[in-house]
Amino acid sequence: MKVKVIVTLKNGVLDPQGKAIQQTLNGMSYDNVSEVRQGKYFDIEINESDGSRAKSQVEEMCKKLLANLVIEDYKIL
Amino acid sequence: MKSSVIIFPGSNCDRDMDVALKKYGFKNQMVWHNDVEIPKSDLIVLPGGFSYGDYLRCGSIAGKSKIIKSVIDFANSGGLVLGICNGFQILTETGLLPGILQQNKYLNFICKNVFVKIKNKENKYFKKIKKEILELHIAHNEGNYFCSKDELKSIEDNDQIAVTYCDHEGNDDEKNNPNGALKNIAGIFNKDKNILGMMPHPERMIDPFLSGEDGSLFFENLIESL
Repeated sequence: MKVKVIVTLKNGVLDPQGKAIQQTLNGMSYDNVSEVRQGKYFDIEINESDGSRAKSQVEEMCKKLLANLVIEDYKIL
Repeated sequence: MKSSVIIFPGSNCDRDMDVALKKYGFKNQMVWHNDVEIPKSDLIVLPGGFSYGDYLRCGSIAGKSKIIKSVIDFANSGGLVLGICNGFQILTETGLLPGILQQNKYLNFICKNVFVKIKNKENKYFKKIKKEILELHIAHNEGNYFCSKDELKSIEDNDQIAVTYCDHEGNDDEKNNPNGALKNIAGIFNKDKNILGMMPHPERMIDPFLSGEDGSLFFENLIESL
């Protein structure tokens, strides 16, 4: 089965890339864009038929590798 | 004294480190990341570079490589582990050092000489260095040190700040902060001070003809202190 994960920076953590994207959008006359936060998206194909077991494994992967919990949060979709 | 430098795919300061260690008297050996055991060493060095192409986050893949368990065991038993630049990033990703190195505040790759102030000499890395301020080289895109408020308090309470960015007079204020690092932090220790991670490269400052000599002071002290 496929599990999707989104990793984003925690609130309050500086995101200079997001800021640069926001400024560029403003420069392209999208004046109403007040903030952009950039994140990462993972499509994980896992050979596991039990949905809850797959999700709990992916949760472990997020904590151990996919996200650094000092600055990032993860969300399993 | 024996040292080991770990080579990851993408390491590019491993040879410079090897030259520096040997110049000041270490018997150095290179260890491949896919090995499991590290030969008997008094010091293990994680060198600078772009291990695994900086995929995912700098140092994150190296932090799960085969050799890393031996590095962690060695560090936890009190062995000296030094991480320079990407090596520092790897040490934070393994959890041996707190915090993380984020992308530089102004999104630029910085490659220049900087001054750093030694904040703590009660350790083997800086004990006998007579100077307070060293001129070293930095070359990184992710050197912006960050940690939570609680973690920062614990780092300060335990005197874990090793070096901070400053000017030639030692002013380590925002004006002399090249990358946005919290409190101008350029390097930190673990609580026991046997692990040091820092962004500046002492191994690039060991030749008066090419660069400078303040890196020499670092290695001279290291071999004497061990």
